[in-house]
Amino acid sequence: MLTPLQRIQEKFPADIIETHAFRGDETVVIRAAGLKAVAGFLKETPEMDFNFLMDLTAVDYLFFAGGRIQKEFRFEVVYHFFSLKHNHRIRLKVPVDDKAPEVDTLTDLWPSANWYEREVWDMYGIKFKGHPNLKRILMYEEFQGHALRKDYPYNKRQPLIGPTY
Amino acid sequence: MSALSSASNFFTSKLNDALGWARKFSIFQYPFVTACCGMEYMATNCAHYDQDRFGAGFPRFSPRQSDVLFVVGTISHKMAPVLKTVYDQMCEPKWVVAFGVCTCTGGFYDNYATVMGIDTIIPVDIYIPGCPPRPENVLDGLMKLQEKIQKGEQSRTLYDPRDPRSVRPADLQFGYTIEGHIKHIESTPTHGPKLTTPKE
Amino acid sequence: MTQTRSMLLNVGPSHPAMHGVIRLIMELDGEKIKDVEVEIGYLHRAFEKMCETVMYTQCFPYTDRLNYVSPLINNVGFALTVEKLLGIDIPERAKYIRVIMSEISRVTDHLTCIGASAMELGSMSVFLYMIKAREFLWELVEEITGARLTISYVRIGGVKADLTEGFVDKTFQKIAEVRKVLIEADELLTRNRIFFDRMKGLGKISREDAIAYGITGPFLRSTGVNYDVRKASPYLVYDKLDFEVPLGTQGDNLDRYFVRMAEMEQSLRIIEQCFQQIPDGPIAADLTGAVIPAAQMVDSAKMGQTEGLMEDEVSLDPTLQGGTKKYYDAINANRKDIVLPAKENTYGNIEGLMNHFKLVMYGHGIRPPVGEAYFPVEGANGELGFYIVSDGRDNPWRVRVHPPCFPIMAALPKCLIGEMMADLVPTFGSVNMIAGELDR
Repeated sequence: MLTPLQRIQEKFPADIIETHAFRGDETVVIRAAGLKAVAGFLKETPEMDFNFLMDLTAVDYLFFAGGRIQKEFRFEVVYHFFSLKHNHRIRLKVPVDDKAPEVDTLTDLWPSANWYEREVWDMYGIKFKGHPNLKRILMYEEFQGHALRKDYPYNKRQPLIGPTY
Repeated sequence: MSALSSASNFFTSKLNDALGWARKFSIFQYPFVTACCGMEYMATNCAHYDQDRFGAGFPRFSPRQSDVLFVVGTISHKMAPVLKTVYDQMCEPKWVVAFGVCTCTGGFYDNYATVMGIDTIIPVDIYIPGCPPRPENVLDGLMKLQEKIQKGEQSRTLYDPRDPRSVRPADLQFGYTIEGHIKHIESTPTHGPKLTTPKE
Repeated sequence: MTQTRSMLLNVGPSHPAMHGVIRLIMELDGEKIKDVEVEIGYLHRAFEKMCETVMYTQCFPYTDRLNYVSPLINNVGFALTVEKLLGIDIPERAKYIRVIMSEISRVTDHLTCIGASAMELGSMSVFLYMIKAREFLWELVEEITGARLTISYVRIGGVKADLTEGFVDKTFQKIAEVRKVLIEADELLTRNRIFFDRMKGLGKISREDAIAYGITGPFLRSTGVNYDVRKASPYLVYDKLDFEVPLGTQGDNLDRYFVRMAEMEQSLRIIEQCFQQIPDGPIAADLTGAVIPAAQMVDSAKMGQTEGLMEDEVSLDPTLQGGTKKYYDAINANRKDIVLPAKENTYGNIEGLMNHFKLVMYGHGIRPPVGEAYFPVEGANGELGFYIVSDGRDNPWRVRVHPPCFPIMAALPKCLIGEMMADLVPTFGSVNMIAGELDR
């Protein structure tokens, strides 16, 4: 019985950058170009059958660990998948750089990705190619900047009405 | 002449007292509930800590029909224009109660999304701090509001952090100002995300 | 010539259903709903950003305020994720205490949800009865944690305080009262013509849609899918407890009401079983000395009069009780670098004091290894998952909450389109949207 991680390693050896299973969570880091193929493989094959896109988020690695650990790309979009039938999970990570942060959308495979991707756009500024309605979801439209990026100060306010602090 | 004016003063002051008495025991609140304080608001309204015995049992969910605006829970910057609109739509006489510390001074949500105290947007009569305040606190605040209504006072606080003469009632007691707080943040390098050179 | 146009109605952010702040922009054709757009974000309080600026233990108050009707479940979820990252295990008694408090929180959440939605359909009495039952449970929570709503009770490596004496009897009394309230509410609502007609067949979602939208919890179980995190990937002591997972069939509002009522009964069963299985309480160890007040212990330790202080017990302020040496080993993991020392050690000797300082000062504290972990917990609305990335320093690098009602709100248009305007109220009530969790 191959685990989902091993099946991906077998099928897509070219797209994988790294794999690990820290504390039992199987994780695959793949290139942005291979996302659609891997995601389709995860959904369609009956042995994997990942019908839940549980979570979609992003992490900003600017100045990670005080600069001691240098990552090649600034952002990573993190996908958590879950299979109801086989009761297994997998985490997919896609590194994105900050010059042109753009990833393929997964809304055609999992409709739940719609709102999650809007939130990642709102908080990190990562665009999703082919998303039907990419606009801000948690902040108001007039907000400038992307709030969860590490270079946005936590208390810099842009009020619609009222003073700045 | 003086007898007549003192007689009319007597009548108008008795009339004011009667009006204050009638207003304070028939409070129609607009519960502008956003967050966790709403749970304590519900608890105050219901059986164990009844609000109805103070005459404040019926919320009116329309600003045109209510006279006290209970702002319950954190107000974010996205919600602030909505709050101002609701306040403007209420008719005089109206009072505002800041329920919970998020509405008094912002609570511990000192970030890009939160209004640090609704008195920067609308004038506030009563502050009920607590996170969330116990129902006994809420009833105490309600009784203070009733005293204010009885006296017919319209003394409200509208706080402008940029104006040094504008102070909050809490500032007067604790000697704490927004400028001092911001200086504290800037001078404490360990507060906040670490984007400077590593120490270890 | 008559022209028909659809009407735009804004069910605005501040609306009377006491569920929080959300905006529904509805396109109506008379009374029929043609299209709905859901706008959220009115209670965005930057939970994830604030967690990056404080230490791990300081995140607990922020997690309380996520799903504020069941705060203990959020606390437990966060603690379990950090413990997974650290790779530690906690004592049995602490696990049972966490389960008991989580289930009490789950019951309060379902009581609030059903009470509020019943009130919106006109049944004010059921709301008052359920809030009365909720007050009984909050009295229990207050006895152990010190607060009614925002409790910050769970710590990484255990819990803050042990159960008090006589807690078991009080709990059984209160559970009996809650059961009476549930029976009353059942009598008032389940065969009630108005309630039944307004809830049956409305707000339907199909099984495939629910899975496609990533919905979990009572919303998913009402469509018949048997997924509960407590059964699928058991955590704490759920694998030792015997409980059922109620399932619906149609996926409409009435099924969600039945699922929640049945889940409350199962939660009360779980609490009773926990009290039968919980390992024994405080181990007195070698505390043969006197009970002295904290200030006196600090003074004598400062003066160097430490003769016999190791056997003494300290009497503390009520807010700090329950974590002293007598209870310490039963409720905390045996890791000096993660858990604060017992108060006798903090006040009585310098090693305990230094241990305490190393855990609370800025720049020091709990330091998990570099890595990431995701831990799913069964929240009252569904799978509450915390994803934490650590960079080895004292602040978390990224804390992500998977909010269970986020996908449900995304799927809300699917439940509403084609229904009448008045069906919005019971459908929205059965979603149990908690704005603190949705917008974080």
